Amino acid sequence: MTRQPVRFYQVGSFAAGNRLLSDADRTVQSDSHRTNSLDSGHRACQGCGEALGARYALDAAMRATQGQLVAVNATGCLEVFSTPYPETSWRIPWLHSLFGNAPAVATGVAAAMKVKGRSDVRVVAQAGDGGAVDIGFGCLSGMFERNDDVLFICYDNEAYMNTGVQRSGATPPAVRTATTEAVGREPGNVFGQGKDLPRLAMAHDIPYVATATVADLHDLEEKVERAMEFRGARYLHILVPCPLGWGSSPSDTINVARLAKETGLFPVYEAVDGGITAVSPIRHRTPVEAYLSIQGRYAHLFGEHPRSDIIARIQAIADSNISAYGLLGDDADGVGSEKVLA
Amino acid sequence: MQRQIEGSRAVAEAVAACRPEVVCAYPISPQTHIIEAVGVMVKSGSLSPCEFINVESEFAAMSGAIGASAAGARAYTATASQGLLFMMEAVYNASGLGLPIVMTLANRAIGAPINIWNDHSDAMAARDSGWIQLFAETNQEAADLHVQAFRLAEELSVPVMVCMDGFILTHAVEGIDVPAPADVDSFLPTYEPRQALDPQDPVSIGAMVGPDAFEEVRYLAHLRQLDALERIPTLAAEFAQVFGRPSGGLLHTYRAEDAETIVVALGSVLGTIKDAVDRRREVGERVGVLGITAFRPFPREAVWDALSGVRRIVVVEKAFSIGFGGVLSTDVAMATHDGHCSLRTVVAGLGGRPITSLALEQMLAAATRDELDPLTFLDLDHGVVERERARMSVTRRSGPSAENVLRDLGTTRVVEEVP
Repeated sequence: MTRQPVRFYQVGSFAAGNRLLSDADRTVQSDSHRTNSLDSGHRACQGCGEALGARYALDAAMRATQGQLVAVNATGCLEVFSTPYPETSWRIPWLHSLFGNAPAVATGVAAAMKVKGRSDVRVVAQAGDGGAVDIGFGCLSGMFERNDDVLFICYDNEAYMNTGVQRSGATPPAVRTATTEAVGREPGNVFGQGKDLPRLAMAHDIPYVATATVADLHDLEEKVERAMEFRGARYLHILVPCPLGWGSSPSDTINVARLAKETGLFPVYEAVDGGITAVSPIRHRTPVEAYLSIQGRYAHLFGEHPRSDIIARIQAIADSNISAYGLLGDDADGVGSEKVLA
Repeated sequence: MQRQIEGSRAVAEAVAACRPEVVCAYPISPQTHIIEAVGVMVKSGSLSPCEFINVESEFAAMSGAIGASAAGARAYTATASQGLLFMMEAVYNASGLGLPIVMTLANRAIGAPINIWNDHSDAMAARDSGWIQLFAETNQEAADLHVQAFRLAEELSVPVMVCMDGFILTHAVEGIDVPAPADVDSFLPTYEPRQALDPQDPVSIGAMVGPDAFEEVRYLAHLRQLDALERIPTLAAEFAQVFGRPSGGLLHTYRAEDAETIVVALGSVLGTIKDAVDRRREVGERVGVLGITAFRPFPREAVWDALSGVRRIVVVEKAFSIGFGGVLSTDVAMATHDGHCSLRTVVAGLGGRPITSLALEQMLAAATRDELDPLTFLDLDHGVVERERARMSVTRRSGPSAENVLRDLGTTRVVEEVP
């Protein structure tokens, strides 16, 4: 896979306005004929990363399928804030069944479309990290294993936000949640081995797996479009900061997501048939403090009694990711494009 | 045309004749033969077009059926016992969403202690799920009810559970006239969903509903079940016209015209009960039978009509509400609440315990003499129970009761026939 590097120097954030791009490179969102799959008026919090991610992902999927799309939704923030009865923000066919069954429901929808000779209608299933990593994992693994024709998107905000910020299997170490309070000698969440769902998806050898953040929406849209080029089970894991749960400023959502990538804590990559084919390199390697210190969920690591020991352990995780995924790339001078491995 | 065929096979062929478009399969005894047979038909191409999905759990089986049905496909699955409980969240969801899924429930006990044999604990656990629940008395009726179930479900947008006794029916080989595909085609029209996921007409299905409308949505579901009370007899009559035999309906009576005592029951035990009633008739007891086919919706008025003239009602149940007593009995009591007669509950056949005609006859004789306790456990070994109670009173760490009872009885239990 080759892509033309596009170099942007306009803003310090590396964000590039669509006006700087050729028409072909502009985002789906810049198109006035975009679907607005998740339309305005919903009840998401200010600065919600999930609403942003879902809007971009689904509009991109709609463009990729020429509007022949059905979305299945697990219970969670996205479901609740988008469909307060009798209103709905969805301008696409949308089905919510339960918290833990979105992958299986999507399998059923895809089977129905196939049997009706409507294989042109594609299916996207979406859930938060709780609905994907924890309660929905059995159904998700089954959907992967059967290689059902479903794109499953996990909007990862690293905890159960809809129920009031409780720990999930995707909550990182040391994070304060309502069930991993910042008290005691080891405040916040435990340092476990974690539950890395993109890697678990890759272990199923499904055709396409990718990670993305809402800091790079071009990349997110590209990955959705790429995912729709494949038939079979596909998995897209999008990091979506939650200002409420993370204790970050709503205006910092993009910044927080970018720092998650730039510190190495959240590797951004894509994988085909179970093997990583490309990673998005870090542009400015950043110490984890820059990421942690702007989030209230890590506040107990700073202040009067800073826990440099815990910060060092988190830095070690980032360093390990950087090494394992080759996140520094060939040109870590800040001008890099996507690093293509194969 | 009658063929000697296993009940599960007959149900599988009847289901296939209904042309399901998506079938979700997950194995659990005693339902497996049904889903296996459907799978062969799909894989060999004799049932086409149909997607047969080997899912990873019963929860996924019902969830897949939900997705398929919401996308406008005719969806079917089968389960039993623990499987029904494992999918229960999705069972409620399917009815809440108004999706006309048809599911076979091969009735089986619920553990612990784990037990694969027949009783009705599983169906009773789903009593309030919003599904229509039809109980088959025979394998012929089990096969026929599936054809009616798809029609009923799709007319009303309510899921239907066809309950057939595990092993007793599912594994019994007998003469069955399997509904012929051509007849089924004339009885069961193509599925036209009330709601469907369609890119040309996008709708949101499964929105959050708060206190402002939840009660109304639930009440509408109740009304659809009441509509089913009207439709079930009509469909049964229409079925009889097309297939040339009676099957289904709300309930059936047997020798009930002049009966002073009527036994009420669900499912295959009705056959044994009828035999016992025949014998008690021979000795002059005026006994009869009321078999209930439609357990949900519960045909209150029809039950009242059948029982309004009797002196005694005996409800024989293959399940009970621990800490209270009969489940079906409660419904029958509500339907006959003027107190004109006595009502006795007989819990029988739990976990596959054989219900013998002898035990039923003795029970009926006692009932006729007004000597039956309000709540009777048929063939209960009181000695075993008392000995375990004694062990528990002597020592705190008395151990697991199930294992103690088995040890007490020896490795196999012989059901003693009481003369």
